[in-house]
Amino acid sequence: MTDAFLENAFFRNIYCNLASSASPRCAGGGPFGDGMFPAGMEWLAFLITAFVIIFLVVNAALLAVNIYIWGERRLVARLQARLGPNRWGPYGLLTPIADLIKILTKEDIVPAAADRLVFNLAPVLIVVPVLLVFAVIPFASSTWVADLNVGVLYIIAVLSVGSYSAVMAGWGSQNRYAMLGAFRAVALLVSYELPMVLALIGVLMITGSMSLVDVVHDQNVPFALVQPLGFLIFLIGSVAEIQRPPFDLAEAESELIGGYHTDYSGIKWGLFQAGEFMATIASAAIITTLFLSGWRGWGFLPSHIWFLIKLVAVLFAMTWLRGTLPRLRIDQVTAFAWKGLLPLAALNLVVSGVLSFIWPAPGVAELWVMAIVNLAVAAVSIFTLGLLLGPRPGERTTPAGSAVFMPAKREGTA
Amino acid sequence: MLEDYFRQYAVIAIFGVVAVLVPLGMILASNLAGLVHIRPSRPRPPNWQESPPPYLKTYESGFEPIGGPWRRIHVRYYTFGLLFVIFDVETVFLFPWAVEYGPLSARFGIFALAEAVIFIAILALGWAYAWRKRAMEWA
Repeated sequence: MTDAFLENAFFRNIYCNLASSASPRCAGGGPFGDGMFPAGMEWLAFLITAFVIIFLVVNAALLAVNIYIWGERRLVARLQARLGPNRWGPYGLLTPIADLIKILTKEDIVPAAADRLVFNLAPVLIVVPVLLVFAVIPFASSTWVADLNVGVLYIIAVLSVGSYSAVMAGWGSQNRYAMLGAFRAVALLVSYELPMVLALIGVLMITGSMSLVDVVHDQNVPFALVQPLGFLIFLIGSVAEIQRPPFDLAEAESELIGGYHTDYSGIKWGLFQAGEFMATIASAAIITTLFLSGWRGWGFLPSHIWFLIKLVAVLFAMTWLRGTLPRLRIDQVTAFAWKGLLPLAALNLVVSGVLSFIWPAPGVAELWVMAIVNLAVAAVSIFTLGLLLGPRPGERTTPAGSAVFMPAKREGTA
Repeated sequence: MLEDYFRQYAVIAIFGVVAVLVPLGMILASNLAGLVHIRPSRPRPPNWQESPPPYLKTYESGFEPIGGPWRRIHVRYYTFGLLFVIFDVETVFLFPWAVEYGPLSARFGIFALAEAVIFIAILALGWAYAWRKRAMEWA
């Protein structure tokens, strides 16, 4: 492992302006002259640098949420042949800010029956893990907050904390609908976590490292092509994990009022919304980094622009899904995860194991061969799965075990 | 360098503190807005726990909530939880194998692959059993 701090230009350019030029890391001073602090004060320089970087990244994430809320509302409106928010600011760009002011000035009601501590902690806990995801994502070449050698595992671990928030909100509200929503959310998270995590293993096998910086560095061919099955499973899994439509049955407003945030109001409700939209951005950033070769691109644009383009493309796809597909039933959703995605992920794992055995250190040509083989495997397996699990022609699907009476044909009508 | 290794985690720790402070700060800002009367905030009536006013009652689409929410939960949630635990432990074992797959296959040859395939095959048996026992049905 090389000196991770000298590799991180984002960090180095601030750090070396503060720390003394006599310190071993920044011999010759920073880009804007020598360090300000005397020798021996490197810890202060480290703290200030870390804080400045984190401040920038957190603010960028919060700003991105505002822009994304606007973009999603406009786009979904267009998909549904409406206009969308267009009153405040050019093209309604300032609408999220108006929303924020409104949310901040709404009364904050805690129901009398609620468990106050759990009720108040839940909205905090939905935002924290999502923000923490941004800590390991490389935004551009040599620009990241921290380069953990267990980056992929860290992301999985941190994202699954979000399910605690759902349970805490449902349990703390003391509301039946909220409780049902929380249970649905956990059933969904639990079902889709597995295929998602298994789909990542194919990527790890090729890179041989869990650091996201290394994953991007080794991605000479985007892994969406090398691992098409893994990419699809991960995309579906992350849409389900952040509970966006068509997997938003935990907050199905036609059945469960608002799901686990039924009883929330004011800024706490706003935190739930912000957390959900931020989770979408975080998932898109993870997909961009792991499967769409992150910040890499051709030379005519800087690397952070490439990252943004891919991020926006993934977000567009997710919003398109939301605007197009109807909400699924919970029995369909869980059956799809356990019967469909899990065997597909296992198959993807075995196939990538065999391919990585044939080509232990794949170059660009080998990666393309792997891509062709994997595309063929993906096409055949998805087609077979559709034949096995899909509805027969003319079949009408009913909830498993439901008592709904559905007459096969109408009687007595002309 | 080992020091670098720990410094990365120090950055994550600082990030964690900031990430907790952001939502807490938002809630605090809203409460401050309540203090300066930008935001409505009513004090709770004296006997709010015994007979809560309508706006403090649990929201159930306008009906009086009868009984608490802590009812019996259907067992199907438990079966999904059980399945998840079984298969999640499997993934935990597969992660280090996948990361070290290159060196392993260089040293042990086909054995590194065969071992994992046998491991997945045993789990596939368990998966098929769970399907046969209708543990994956929502009923």
